[in-house]
Amino acid sequence: MKGKHIGWIVLIVLGLVAPFLVYPVLVMKILCFALFACAFNLLLGYTGLLSFGHAAFLGWAGYTCGYAMKELGLSPELGLLAGTATAAVLGFVFGSLAIRRSGIYFAMVTLALAQLVYFLALQFPFTGGEDGLQGVPRGRLFGLVDLADTMNMYYFVLAVFLGGFWVIDRAIHSPFGQVLKAIRENEPRAISLGYDVDRYKLLAFVLSAALSGLAGATKTLVFQLASLTDVHWHMSGEIVLMTLLGGMGTVFGPIVGATVVVGLQNYGAELGQWVSVLTGVIFVICVLAFRRGIVGELAVLIRRSGIRM
Amino acid sequence: MDIFGIPIQALMGQLLIGLINGSFYAILSLGLAIIFGLLNIINFSHGALYMMGAFVAWIGLTYLGINYWVALVAVPVVVGLFGMIIERTMLKHLYRLDHLYGLLLTFGLALIIEGLFRYRFGISGESYPVPELLSGGFNLGFMFLPKYRAWVIAVSLVVCFGSWYIIERTKLGSYLRAGTENPQLLQAFGINVPLMITLTYGFGVALAAFAGVLAAPVFQVNPVMGSNLIIVVFAVVVIGGMGSIMGSIVTGLGLGLIEGLTRVFYPEASAVVIFVIMGIVLLLRPAGLFGRER
Repeated sequence: MKGKHIGWIVLIVLGLVAPFLVYPVLVMKILCFALFACAFNLLLGYTGLLSFGHAAFLGWAGYTCGYAMKELGLSPELGLLAGTATAAVLGFVFGSLAIRRSGIYFAMVTLALAQLVYFLALQFPFTGGEDGLQGVPRGRLFGLVDLADTMNMYYFVLAVFLGGFWVIDRAIHSPFGQVLKAIRENEPRAISLGYDVDRYKLLAFVLSAALSGLAGATKTLVFQLASLTDVHWHMSGEIVLMTLLGGMGTVFGPIVGATVVVGLQNYGAELGQWVSVLTGVIFVICVLAFRRGIVGELAVLIRRSGIRM
Repeated sequence: MDIFGIPIQALMGQLLIGLINGSFYAILSLGLAIIFGLLNIINFSHGALYMMGAFVAWIGLTYLGINYWVALVAVPVVVGLFGMIIERTMLKHLYRLDHLYGLLLTFGLALIIEGLFRYRFGISGESYPVPELLSGGFNLGFMFLPKYRAWVIAVSLVVCFGSWYIIERTKLGSYLRAGTENPQLLQAFGINVPLMITLTYGFGVALAAFAGVLAAPVFQVNPVMGSNLIIVVFAVVVIGGMGSIMGSIVTGLGLGLIEGLTRVFYPEASAVVIFVIMGIVLLLRPAGLFGRER
C-alpha cells in the first residue's frame, strides 16, 4: 500500500469521526478552507504560479450561491453549481489577463484584479454591501435531504470536499499534471518540448478558480452568509499562508495547513488583534526557515529515516 | 463657469486631489522600482512602511514635540534604518531563492507592522495638524488652493526628479544601474555590492516613509492607510512597468489625474478605474507602458 492510499484512508476516517469529537460547524469550516487551499495549491505548488487574488473566486462564488438560493429560490446543488460556474468564468477572465505576465507581476496582477472584484462586491446592490447576504437558506438537497440539520449538512460538506479533493488529486497525477510540473520546473524547456504553456496555465487557473468557487459556495451554505471578508485581500493572503504552512506542492499539505490556521483562529479568538501579527510571524518563519511546510518536512524526515512508503 | 456641465471649482478640486494621490503613487512606485531593480524583490511591506512613516511623525509630534519640518527629515532616516535592519536580518537570506519568497516575506512583515500599530492605536485614526507655515491657501480666482496641498505636489515632484537625477546622471547612480544589470561584474570591479543593496533598500523604504510624513496632514493617520494604497500602487507598477524610473513617475502622476477626473464624471467607478486601465494595458501592451520584459 502506498503512502497516498494511507493518506486517503486516514482522511476519510478522520472526516467521518471528526464531528463527534469537535464542534461540527468548525470541522465544516476547516473542510471548506482545506478544499480552497488544495485548489490554490494546484496553482502555486504544482504550476508555480502565485496568485494573490484567490479570495475573489471564494467570495464571488459565495455571493452567487447565496443570491441564487435566497433570491431565486434554487436548490442547494444548483446553488453550488452556479457558484462554481461563476468562479470558473471569473477565473478565465483573471487567468487570460494574468498569464500575460509572469513571476512577481503575475502576483500583482491577480491581487489588483481581486481588489477590483472587492470594490464591485462593495458597490453592487445584490451583495448587500457592508452587511453581506444574510440568512441564506440551506434548502433541501435534491429536494430530499434537509440540510438545516447539522449532521446532514456535515456529511454533505464532507462529500463535496472529498469530491473536489479527488478531482485535484487526479489532475495532479494525470499527464496534464505532469505538464504543469514541467512548467513549474523549467518553462522554456516545456515550451521547446512543444507544449502550449499558456493554455496549460490557463486551464490550471480555471480549474483552481472553479474549485475555489466550490469551496466558497459551500462555505456560504454552511454559514448561511456571504460577506465582504471572503473577497478581501486578507483572505487571499490567508490561503497562501495555509498552503505554505502545510507544504506547497504536497498533496495533503494544504489540508494540514488549513486545519492549523482555522484551528488557530478559532481557539485563538481571544488573541483579538494579535491574530494578524501572529499570522505575519508564521509567514516570516515559514519563508525563512520552513519552506517545505509541515507535510514537506515530514516527508523528508520519513525519507531520511529510511522507511519506504 | 462650467466645463462639460461640471462647475470648474469642483473639477479643479478633484484634479488637485488626483494630483496629490498621483504624487504618492509616484513616490511609492519609484521606491518599489528601485528596490526591485537591485534586490529582485517586490516590497509588499512598502505600504506598511509608508503608514509607519506617518505614524512615527505623529508619535514624534504628540509625545516628543518634534515638529513637522524635523520629522520630514528625521522620520525617513529612522524608518530607513529600520528597513536596513530588515534587509540585513531577513531579506538577504532570500536572494538565491525564487523571487516569490521575497514577496511572501515582506507580506508577512506588512501584517506584523500593521497588526502592531492597530493593537496600539486602534483603527479609528489620528489627525496630524497642518504646519503653521503652510496653513491657509491661495485664492486663484477660479479655485481655492490650500498651501499644504501645493507644497505636497511641489515637494513630491522635487523628490521624484531628484531621485531620477541621482540614478540616471550621477556616479553613485551609475553603480546602482550597473548593479541592476550585473551584480557579479560590479562586485568584481571592487564595489561593495551587499552594502549597496542594503543602502538601496534603506533608500526605497525612506522614500515610502517620506511619502507617509507628507500624507499625514492630508489624510487620517491610521494603521490601514498603507495596505489600501499599496494594492493601487501595484496596479500602477504593472501599468508602467518597472523598467524605467521616469516611467514610474509619469505613470503615477498620470493615473492619479485620471482617477481624479473619474471622480468628477463617474464617481462610482473612481475606486476601480486604475484596475480597469491595468486590464486594458495588459491586453494591449503586456510588458507595461514603459516596461521591458525581464
